[in-house]
Amino acid sequence: MHDKTLTELAAGLQAGEFSSRELCQAALERIEHLDGELNSFITVTAEQALANADAADRAREAGDAGPLAGLPLALKDIFCTQGVRTSCGSKMLDDFVSPYDATVVEKLRQAGAVNLGKTNMDEFAMGSSNENSFYGPVKNPWDLSAVPGGSSGGSAAAVAAGLVPAALGTDTGGSIRQPAAFCGITGLKPTYGRVSRYGMVAYASSLDQGGPLARNAADCALLLETIAGQDVRDSTSVARVVPDYTADLDTSLSGLKIGLPKEYFGDGLDPEVETAVREAIKVYESLGAKVCEVSLPHTHLAIPAYYVIAPAEASSNLSRYDGVRFGHRCDDPTDLEDLYKRTRAEGFGEEVKRRILIGTHTLSEGFFDAYYLKAQQVRRLIRQDFLDAFDEVDVLMGPTAPTPAFDLGAQKDPVSMYLQDIYTIAVNLAGIPGISVPAGFAGNRPVGLQVLAPHFAEAQLLGVAHQFQQATDWHLKRPAFGKETA
Amino acid sequence: MAIEHADVLRAAHLARVGLSENEATGYVDDLSRILKMVDQLQAVDTQDITPLAHPLDATQRLRPDEVTEHSQRERFQACAPAVTDGLYLVPRVVE
Repeated sequence: MHDKTLTELAAGLQAGEFSSRELCQAALERIEHLDGELNSFITVTAEQALANADAADRAREAGDAGPLAGLPLALKDIFCTQGVRTSCGSKMLDDFVSPYDATVVEKLRQAGAVNLGKTNMDEFAMGSSNENSFYGPVKNPWDLSAVPGGSSGGSAAAVAAGLVPAALGTDTGGSIRQPAAFCGITGLKPTYGRVSRYGMVAYASSLDQGGPLARNAADCALLLETIAGQDVRDSTSVARVVPDYTADLDTSLSGLKIGLPKEYFGDGLDPEVETAVREAIKVYESLGAKVCEVSLPHTHLAIPAYYVIAPAEASSNLSRYDGVRFGHRCDDPTDLEDLYKRTRAEGFGEEVKRRILIGTHTLSEGFFDAYYLKAQQVRRLIRQDFLDAFDEVDVLMGPTAPTPAFDLGAQKDPVSMYLQDIYTIAVNLAGIPGISVPAGFAGNRPVGLQVLAPHFAEAQLLGVAHQFQQATDWHLKRPAFGKETA
Repeated sequence: MAIEHADVLRAAHLARVGLSENEATGYVDDLSRILKMVDQLQAVDTQDITPLAHPLDATQRLRPDEVTEHSQRERFQACAPAVTDGLYLVPRVVE
């Protein structure tokens, strides 16, 4: 059962082959047996999940089942869940229980989905390896000595290991797509503003976007359709009709124009990753697509611009953790200043402090114009690169990450870790959607193909990914880890 | 632009993150390398380019000026570390 897609499981529930309770019970047992080693969950909500599974079974009997009724899912521990701890991977929120649900959590519940728990992540979504979690690193099910990627590493590892058929993550600079690539699954970052950020713990508000990680593009379409849409509680969510994302899945790719950004195939790209990606592009040619080279000339400026904008927004967003209203508070503060300083020194980990310090520095008097305004100007140039490219082609393709998953503990220098996001980060600056799909292996570690589309062209993006998955079987490969476990 | 020990301490104070002199020394190197990487931005001519704050160039949406929220103080203070009579408790500020 753990190999099946959401779509297959939904059909099984509908046909009465198994109940939601049986399905969720099996998934919870798998988590129990396997997650001690993987560490992909921070919190498992077994009791609540089984009660919700029973409710879904009753709703189905009554003929009142929602589109995701009874299907088990997991949520990155960045989405607020009423009554269940939301830690964001941080000591700061180790005992924080939100008084409300995130909008996407509410939407999933209304659709009948059953949440099995909250997945591990880099603290406050800052990281590319899941090694920055207060709850310890997550392991990659394909190779337990490798990282799963980050920051949505727990969600990606849980799906790849067959603990859940799908999970939600968030993507600020590649945090859905890169772990999806490293774990051999499909992960979609929607257009900025497509999915409500209400109740999603903020890191960099002009870049953050929630989205699905699943076994294939069709399941991502199903989930996006549930979670997308304008929300009065998030003023940056966009008033635009949510289309039927499954409608374009079977559209032929004949005549599709694919651009390969030459900057995405340059120095630093692992040769085995490049081979796998080029093979994937040949598959597209065999499906009738036309391929040409394009240029995104400001690509080399994306990481520098991001590491001004994201830390600046983070330093502002994270100022709310002050030990007064919620979250960690230091013992016996002598005065208010001491309360703030010790609470924050104790509650935040190294990488979070690094980004708060950089952000505070670049926003401070005398530096603001040179750093923050400059980065925002470059951000416009980066977005323009994509708009110009999409005048010529329908979609862009390249590798999701320059290397396959690296070893746990291998990246010790923060700047070299940042360079992991070279192909994903510009996408967040531009606000366009992107998807990573499994496209082969480098040794025993998966390779992801990244496909990018214009703003709000998720339906096309999902169709382009789905057609690839009709012609290849990379997305059907499963790791040896947990194969013997029912 | 390099970052000095004093800049790190200043940023830590502005961000209210407790940092000892020694800990600050540990950050000088990391933050300098990050800023050196960021300095590639300075080579770009951005004259007359409007800064981009929102990827869709959207502006803030307005709503009618009506009361839509009701007080849920007890519920929202349930997750606070220290509360009395509906007030958040902090160390005494004025003696």
